[in-house]
Parts: sequence; structure tokens; C-alpha cells
Amino acid sequence: MQLFGGVNDNGRRQVRRFFGRTGLTRRGHEHQPRSTSPGGASELDTLPKLLLDNSKRLADRPAIREKDYGIWQTSTWRQVLDEVRALACGLADLGLERGDKLAVIGDNRPQLYWSMVAAQCLGAVPVPCYQDSVAKEMRFVIAHSEARFAVVEDQEQVDKLLEIKEDCPKLREIVYGDARGMRNYTQPFLHRFADLQERGRRFDAENPDFFLAEIAKGTGDDIAIILYTSGTTGQPKGVVLSFDNVLVTARNAAEYERLTENEEELAYLPMAWVGDYVYSVAQSYTSGFCVSCPESGATVMNDLREIGPTYFFAPPRIFENILTTVMIRIEDASWLKRNMFEYFMAVAKRAGADILDGRRVPLLDRLLYGIGSVLVYGPLKNTLGFSRIRLAYTAGEAIGSDIFDFYRSLGINLKQLYGQTEAVVYVTVQPDGEVKPDTVGVPAPGVEVRISDAGEVMYKSPGVFQHYYKNPEATAAAKTEDGWMRTGDAGFFDQDGHLKIIDRAKDVGRINGGTMFAPKYIENKLKFFPYIKEAVAFGDKRDYTAAFINIDLGAVGNWAERHHLAYASYQELAAKKEVYDLIHGCVEQVNRGLAKDPQLAGSQIKRYLILHKELDADDGELTRTRKVRRGFIAEKYTVLIDALYGDADHCEVETQVTFEDGSTGTVKGDLKIGDVGVSPAPAA
Amino acid sequence: MISNKHIGEVLLKLEDISLSFGGVQALSNVSFEVREHEILGIIGPNGAGKSSMLNVINGFYHPDEGRITYKGTTRKDMRPHEAARQGIARTFQNIALFKGMTTLDNIMTGRNTKMRRNFLWQALYLGPARKEEMEHREAAERIIDFLEIEAIRKTPVGRLPYGLQKRVELGRALTAEPDLLLLDEPMAGMNLEEKEDMCRFILDVNDEFGTTIALIEHDMGVVMDISDRVVVLDYGRKIADGSPDEVRTNQDVIDAYLGVPHDIPPDTPPDDTPHANPQP
Repeated sequence: MQLFGGVNDNGRRQVRRFFGRTGLTRRGHEHQPRSTSPGGASELDTLPKLLLDNSKRLADRPAIREKDYGIWQTSTWRQVLDEVRALACGLADLGLERGDKLAVIGDNRPQLYWSMVAAQCLGAVPVPCYQDSVAKEMRFVIAHSEARFAVVEDQEQVDKLLEIKEDCPKLREIVYGDARGMRNYTQPFLHRFADLQERGRRFDAENPDFFLAEIAKGTGDDIAIILYTSGTTGQPKGVVLSFDNVLVTARNAAEYERLTENEEELAYLPMAWVGDYVYSVAQSYTSGFCVSCPESGATVMNDLREIGPTYFFAPPRIFENILTTVMIRIEDASWLKRNMFEYFMAVAKRAGADILDGRRVPLLDRLLYGIGSVLVYGPLKNTLGFSRIRLAYTAGEAIGSDIFDFYRSLGINLKQLYGQTEAVVYVTVQPDGEVKPDTVGVPAPGVEVRISDAGEVMYKSPGVFQHYYKNPEATAAAKTEDGWMRTGDAGFFDQDGHLKIIDRAKDVGRINGGTMFAPKYIENKLKFFPYIKEAVAFGDKRDYTAAFINIDLGAVGNWAERHHLAYASYQELAAKKEVYDLIHGCVEQVNRGLAKDPQLAGSQIKRYLILHKELDADDGELTRTRKVRRGFIAEKYTVLIDALYGDADHCEVETQVTFEDGSTGTVKGDLKIGDVGVSPAPAA
Repeated sequence: MISNKHIGEVLLKLEDISLSFGGVQALSNVSFEVREHEILGIIGPNGAGKSSMLNVINGFYHPDEGRITYKGTTRKDMRPHEAARQGIARTFQNIALFKGMTTLDNIMTGRNTKMRRNFLWQALYLGPARKEEMEHREAAERIIDFLEIEAIRKTPVGRLPYGLQKRVELGRALTAEPDLLLLDEPMAGMNLEEKEDMCRFILDVNDEFGTTIALIEHDMGVVMDISDRVVVLDYGRKIADGSPDEVRTNQDVIDAYLGVPHDIPPDTPPDDTPHANPQP
């Protein structure tokens, strides 16, 4: 899944048909896409116009909060307008013109959010950059977007810009927020945020009609923002989004999820990421709710608890980390607390998700759940800052069902979302009451989704981006002529019309005989077991699926200790019969899961082996971001693969390994091969 | 970085300070000055009398002989509470924080000398006492923000790693809004990254608040980098005083660090063997 950008780099069209549902189009929730709010004459089709409207309609309601000097400092909508007005006038006085690009770099700070809207007031285009990128990475974005202005948080970012200024001839003025450490910088193109606003106020006093006239010039087709995709492969691409793209999508989703001005949201994800722009800016402006900026990156968990958001987003990794922390602390808790937690979590597992979805639950469980709420779930949610959550999203990659179920069973309405920068996030979303851990839901309002003949997920929506900035080839490769957008992901709709994403389209293959083979989907299923650290599945153009498995030394080691198994190394542990039995159970369970999907039932794992060494980036088996390099591994371990697809029940192998100091050595092993039974497919 | 700070008048003047513990002569006839807004490094081998010197300055030890002139007033010795009230704050070689208290509470104790309401008022937490408490809290929060320790505001200090404890201790000294800040080995036991952070904070304190700083440090690279002037002590005597570059090339300093038998009177020229260059 591709929420963090990237686009389909698979231009080829495969001719094979995967399954019957191919070509079926699904439309999200009958909903008329509209570009403006009802009201006719005064169209609220840009963010600056929305700001003007909010400053009247919600004048004294909180708009944004920042924790500074230990206290939450709130700005109302009226105050925000004042700030933005002063800033826009200051930028205009400094020479920012319609169509100019303004880079925004830093942690989530109100000042930076205001800069983005101030630029839009003047018809300039904000380009937020990832604040943790090094100067070299930043150079590409600043140079490619031809940014003339930059508004940055502090000295750290100023230093990076000074380093690359030579290579970015267009970059003219730099505005910084925090003056700390800036005392000895004398360059004339550096401006303090507060000074710029002061300058803007003077300019505004002299040209009182300027600000409103500039806002009035903006329309819905204007470019609102350029967001650079993080670019895991190749150079980042600048996704150009219009106000219509952003606002229609934001409004549709806000209406669908019934967001109001009473929501609370914490803006802690990078400002350069499309999600933050939609949740913390677009939807905050359309629905009028208040956004809070954490004190610093390190205080997020604490700030989360203080704010108690009602609307929350986090990638699976964060939910996973929170759960791990909870589990560790429960292990250390007193006997009574630990037992209470275990007992009531079992109740929650049985009844929690059903109660959340409004299904029928036996009276006894309902009573127990009520007691559990008082004794366990309530206090736990309070500690985590999840007490008030009405709507939580996760996206970006697959989330383990155990993790997902844990939060839902506590009564937290966690839902999965599938989206892309190119779609202004929303492609599909799970509707309330129809949440399943392994699908990403139904098409979002206003979005049409279909599966191409090649099995690739495609969509059409009012949010589909304009083009990639200065990159027409990439635009043409991603968007079809009739406006369908390729995601590059392979997927299908299940019986209930929920989209299931299985893999990158280019990785999906086919097992001899016709079944679809989605390696990453199978590998992820295996990796959701704590005992399995890495898995590599093979099956494309083969007779059946086979897998290499790496056990997790920590988890299996712990398990071995509890079962009184002695071992001296990874290799020795991996070869134990008991460990094979343990992994065998995991593989069988994965097969049972695969069997439930008619499309995937034929790709159940028939044979597997546990590798004698851990896959390692130093040996080239993993990328630096820990993704398995399937092709390289297949080549390196040809012997093992031959054995998996042969009759042998064991195989000897000798492998070269690279140690941390760069020297190499060899590891020899005699690997057992496990055979697994295949679960029957459901009667279709 | 181009520094445009200006070093002012003499803030503290020490003249002929001698201090002994029983038969051990810790300091003998040491004289030097600390000027406003400067960073003064005090270096020397182990047992040279550096910490004793700091203890004399903030009145923890009383010298046997000598005069101390601080802010124009000359006296024979300081008293710790007087020194604190006069704007001298310090940190210690072995962190001296209240381990069971939170970072915030520890930093608030730095405001102690500035609290005017008595215990009863504060216990009642009414009217003026409340207003005062809020002012102090604000001052403490500014320091927390300055030192970037927001995330550990409510964490008991005993649970923090060593590098952070040092930072909290610096924070406590800073909330007293000192004119003269004494740092006793602020970077001892830190890794490279922590040292860099601490250096930046020391320079920022000096730059932003104009605080005069006297620091003892063993890491030569650090001292030479951040100090405006360096005083070198050896066996309780001052052997050099000057800019980092002057001190680096001073023969006595090289001898003290590389080791020369000390029974030779200082005037005797050293033996013919050439001296190796010291490591900077």
C-alpha cells in the first residue's frame, strides 16, 4: 500500500485475467461531488476564503494550539486571520508574487501552517519539505520546485538552506521562526518571522484593500500546494494539487465521517506528508476544528494524553509501538493488575469489537465489558490519550490483525484507509460497523475504484492530482487518458465489496495452473507471527508456493528458554526440531487464512525451510530499509530452492557471510525441509 | 561563527589565594580575573586545585590568605548563600540533584533565592504567593525550553541518563539567572554527541543571556574551542593564563601535561632532551 506517495512504475499491461470480478467498477457512497459549499454567491473554493469565513462564523473558537513554555497557547480563528494577514502582507512586501513557490520546512508549528495559507492568499504555492531530510535531499526539492522563498522553523533548517543556496539560484529570501542561535547571522536575505509580520502590518496599513483583493483573485482551479512524494525509488516527484482537489476531497470525507468543529486533532506527522495537510489544514478549515501542535517530537505521547484527540491518525508502526509498551508495562505490574488486565482483555477480545460495531452480544459479556470499562479499558485509554477518540485511521502498510483487534476491542474506532498523495489521501475507507482487519474498506465518497484486467487497482475521483510538476512522462504513465489513476498496487474486492490490497502489481505472479501468487501478502501473513522475523515466498511460474523463513531470535529464544531448550547460536536454534514444530503451526495457520480467499487458496505454502542464517543487508539480501530482495535471494540460494521444489527432506548449503567489520566467512548448514498440509478451499 | 560579543569589565578578581588542608597545600598564591561575558576555562592535571578554586569562588571553602573582589566589593572570603544571592551559580562534578524529584521541581529549586514570600504564604498558595509561583514557573519553563528538555519535565531525575542529568543541573543553575556561572566538569563521562550538545548550550547561554562562565574541563579540545581565555593550574599554582593559542604553546603547560619531575625548581632550565609537541 502506498499512502506515502510513489506511483505506479508499471507501465506494462498484463494480459492475463486474475479472476471473475475483474473490470468491475465500484463507486463510493452516492454523493454528488461538489466544488463549493452550499451558499452560491460567496464560493468558499480556496483555503484563504475559508479562513475569512471561519474568522466570522467561528470567530472566538479555537483554531490552533501550540504548547509553549509548558502551557497550551490557543489562537482563535479571528487571531489566525490576523496572523495570516500580517504574514501575507509581509511576504508581498518582500516580493512574493502569484505563482511563486514558497518552501516550508520544520516541525508542526502554527507559524508554518500560517505561512502556507499566507502564500495561498497571494496566489503563491507552498511546497512543504520533510524537516529531517539532509541538505542534499532538500536541494532536489528546492531546486526542482524553483522555490523563491522559504519559511523555516529554526537555525538548523537555515543552516541547511545556506549550505545549498549556491545550487538553488532561484531561492531569494529565507524567513525563520525561532531566533535562537541566529544572533550572528548577518545575511540580508534572512528575516525574522516576527519582523516580517511587523513589516506586513505596516504594509497593510498603507494598502488596506490589498489583502482582500488578493484573496478574491483566487479560484478553485488554482494550484493549492505541491507535495513531493518521499521517493523510495528514484527522484521525488512533485504532486500538484488544486484547491478543488483538496477541498472537495476533504469535505466529502469530513461529511462521510461527520466531522464537526468540535473535533480535536494532534498535528504530529510531517508537514510535507499529504495526510497532515488534509487532516490538520484542509479539514480543520472546512469543518472548523482545532488542531494542536506538540511541544516537540519527543513529547508527542504526553501531548496526546493532554489533548485527548477525537480524530487521530497514525501509521501501523506507532500503534504497534504503543501496544508493545503497554504489554511490557503490564508484565511489570503487580499480580492483581496483571490478572485483571488479562481477564478483561479476554472479555474485550470476545465482545469488544462487536459492541463497537453495534452487533448482538450476550448479556453476560455486555455486563463484564461494562465492568472492564471501569476497571481496565477506561484507565488504559486515558493513559494512552485515547479516551475521547471517535475516529482513528491507520494506513501506509498492512497492520497486524492482533494489533488492530486490540485497539478495536478497547472501543477505539480504529479504521483502515487506503490512499495516495495523488488522490489527496482518500481512495477507500472502512465504513463504521464494517471493519475487517485484512481489507481497506469500500471506495471513499466521490471515488470510483476498479480493478484493471491486469489486477491493478485504479481509481477516479475529484481528488486526482493535476500533474507531476515538470514531469509529463511520469504524469502520462500514472494517469490514463480518460482520467483513471493507476495505483501500482494489485488487489481485489471481497464478497462484501471491500477492497483487499495484496501486493505491488509488478511483484504479483502466477503459479503454474493459474492461481494468483502475491509474495508480499503471504510474507506479511507469516511475519505477523512474533516468532517469524523475515519470510521470502517463491511461487511465480512454479508448481506451488514455497518459503524461506527467518525466526526471530529474541522471540523464539525466549520461547526456547521457557521450554528448556539449550542453544548457542541462531543456527543451532533454527535447526531444532521443536522450533520446526513451532513454525509449522504458524505456516498451517497462514494456509488456513489463504484458503478462505478463493483467489488465493491455490497459493498455500506446501514446503518451507528455516534458513541457517539471518537475512542481512550487509550480505545484500535486504535493502537498507529492510525489504527482502527476492530476486537476489533466489539466485544466491538456488540450491535451497531446487531442494524445495524437489523431493529431498533436507539440503546441505554453504553460504558466505559478511561480518560487521567487513570481513567475510562461511556458514555451513544442513537444512531440514518442512512439508505442510494444504487446507481445503471453501466451497465456492 | 563570527562572534560580535564584547568582553567587559572585571567581574571577579582573585588575588594571592592560598588554601591548605592540614599539610596539603591545595592552592598557593593564585591570582586571576574573570571578565564580564567571557568564557574562562580552568584546566590542569588531576589534583591541580581546579575544583578547590571553584569552591573558593562560591564560598564553599574559605582561603587561608588572599582577597576576592566580586562586583567591586573586596572581601576575604565568600559565603555560599551570599554568593548565590549575589548571582553566582554552579554545577557539580558529581551531579548534586534531588534524585526523587522531577526535572521541573529540581529546576524550580534554582529559584529559591528569588522567592520572597515566606513558607506560610507559599503553603496557603494565595494571592501574592500564587502570582510569584507562576512567575517562577515561567522562568523555569523558559530554561526548560532553552535546554530542550520538555520531554522529561515530569520525569524523576534519578531515572534519567547521565547526560540529561547534567543538563538538568545546568538548568537549575541557569534559573537562578546568574551573572557568573561556575561549571565543574560539565562534560565528564559524556559521549561525543552529548558533549557537542553541551558545548552548544554553554555557548548559547553565554551568547543569549550574556552570562559569564568559568568552567573546569578535562577535554582539551572542548576547552580550547569554547573558551575565550584559559587559566592553567598545576600543583596549586597558576602556571599560565591567556588565550587558548598562547596556552597551547606555553612550555610550562606542556611540561605539566607531559610530566616533568617536580623537584626541579621552576627556574632551572629543563634538561637537553627535546620535548615532544603536546596533543592539542
